[in-house]
Amino acid sequence: MKDHKPVVPGWFTQDDEDFRLLGTRCTACGTVFFPRQDTFCKNPACAGREFEEVRLSGRGTVWSYTNAGYRPPAPYVSDPDAEWVPFTIVAVQLAEEGMIVLGQAEPGVTVDDLTVGAEVEIVPGVLYETDEQVYTTWKFKPAGGAA
Amino acid sequence: MSREREVVVLGAGMHPWGKWGRNFVEYGIKAAQDALADAGLEWQDIQYVSGADTIRNGYPGFVAGATFAQALGWTGARISSAYAACASGSQAIANARAQILAGLVDVALVVGADAAPKGFFAPVGGDRPDDPDWVRFHVLGATNPTYFGLYARRRIDLYGATVEDFAKVKVKNAKNGLHNPNARYKKAFTLEDVAASPVVADPLRLMDICATSDGAAAVVLCSKEFAAKRTTNPVRISAVSTVTPTFPSAVIEMPDIATDSSAAVKPNELSFRASLAHAAYEEAGLGPEDLSLAEVYDLSTALELDWIEDLAICGRGEAEKLLRDGETEITGRIPVNASGGLGSFGEAVPAQAIAQVCELTWQLRGQAGARQVEGARVGITANQGLFGHGSSIIVTR
Repeated sequence: MKDHKPVVPGWFTQDDEDFRLLGTRCTACGTVFFPRQDTFCKNPACAGREFEEVRLSGRGTVWSYTNAGYRPPAPYVSDPDAEWVPFTIVAVQLAEEGMIVLGQAEPGVTVDDLTVGAEVEIVPGVLYETDEQVYTTWKFKPAGGAA
Repeated sequence: MSREREVVVLGAGMHPWGKWGRNFVEYGIKAAQDALADAGLEWQDIQYVSGADTIRNGYPGFVAGATFAQALGWTGARISSAYAACASGSQAIANARAQILAGLVDVALVVGADAAPKGFFAPVGGDRPDDPDWVRFHVLGATNPTYFGLYARRRIDLYGATVEDFAKVKVKNAKNGLHNPNARYKKAFTLEDVAASPVVADPLRLMDICATSDGAAAVVLCSKEFAAKRTTNPVRISAVSTVTPTFPSAVIEMPDIATDSSAAVKPNELSFRASLAHAAYEEAGLGPEDLSLAEVYDLSTALELDWIEDLAICGRGEAEKLLRDGETEITGRIPVNASGGLGSFGEAVPAQAIAQVCELTWQLRGQAGARQVEGARVGITANQGLFGHGSSIIVTR
């Protein structure tokens, strides 16, 4: 079996049960960061320098969505010999964190399965594979059995 | 604002947009020479050269001010080079304006030129997880049209826009571009043409999205005192806004994969794009009701509708009605992209924001030919780059 490796280390949990994105929170002002921020706070009114790791919400609502009708250029990894199958990209609003996070939808989820405001959940997924490695990432899928 | 903060656009010039396969410097020099001739000046009269950089043409592009100055012939003029993604041209204008307003120079030449690659813009090479531009391509496959698609979809789901509305923007801008000798595409399009083009980023099709082009634009800027000896009714730059977003920025923007968090601080009422225009209006002491026309950054057809609302020409969700009623046509109440816009030009990154000012200059002088907006007195540009760079410029007469 191939070795599994996160596409970027430290951005999400390695546990498939209750899979979550990992961010950080400024201990001074409470602002949450994803991708994680570990050195300085981006709130201009805050001088915070300390951050704690936080698990981001496992569910959110669709802010918007689109798809990739054409093969994206490198550094996106795809097999140039395979027929291009569009994937869906979702922008998801996380209420508690007050932020929007982008992610690919699970394979098979098309733009027809989504609508602005619908609930989605975050799940583990595969971005691409090489001969030796499976590169893992986060994906979104409609919550509650829709689609 | 006081009139004291104004500079004059004494000359404007462009190299036609297209895919010409030549060096960007050649395009820039043609635009510069046209702007100098339009101003009635010689190259040796220029005291300051402000270049807008291109990052896709090697080192000469990174130091564009020096590159153009050397090509025109070293004169000992002071120079600068500016990069701000799609807002590079405005940044170059802002630099020249500041020199003039500070009284350091009387007359400056601003030049931006590009020779663009085919297809999607991609990030520079290497394995760089600390660069959001690398991350969005590698981890998400998110191209520039991905973001345009997200914005367009919201117009459909929230405001009831249709893909036909988006196609109408293309049809309008293509019609305007027919009359622009500097436009790349001089071809009328129908709604059916747009609908028949392939989907790039749902709901946007190929003809909803602007191409990348070669092209160049230049302006000669000067103080009002310098202009007074040469013209009695000058076109003036009354505002140059290049403000950043304010924290927390709540709209997902290229190239980020997440917005700021508003867990601790509430977002500003004005989005980044709206704040660019707001600062320009404040600086000029004008409002949307004063506008004769607007040149906005239609990287996609749907984005033109977003910009119309960001410029406060109408409320959120009302731009489709303006479009359907013909109000944004050249003959309408508030013509948008009379030049043909990016839809007719394709984006020549460092030249584009300067080209917007060229168009407004010609419009305000009454020199825009078949695309002339009758009685144009006040024009605004709007433009957005990457990483919090954007601009809005107000030109008056």
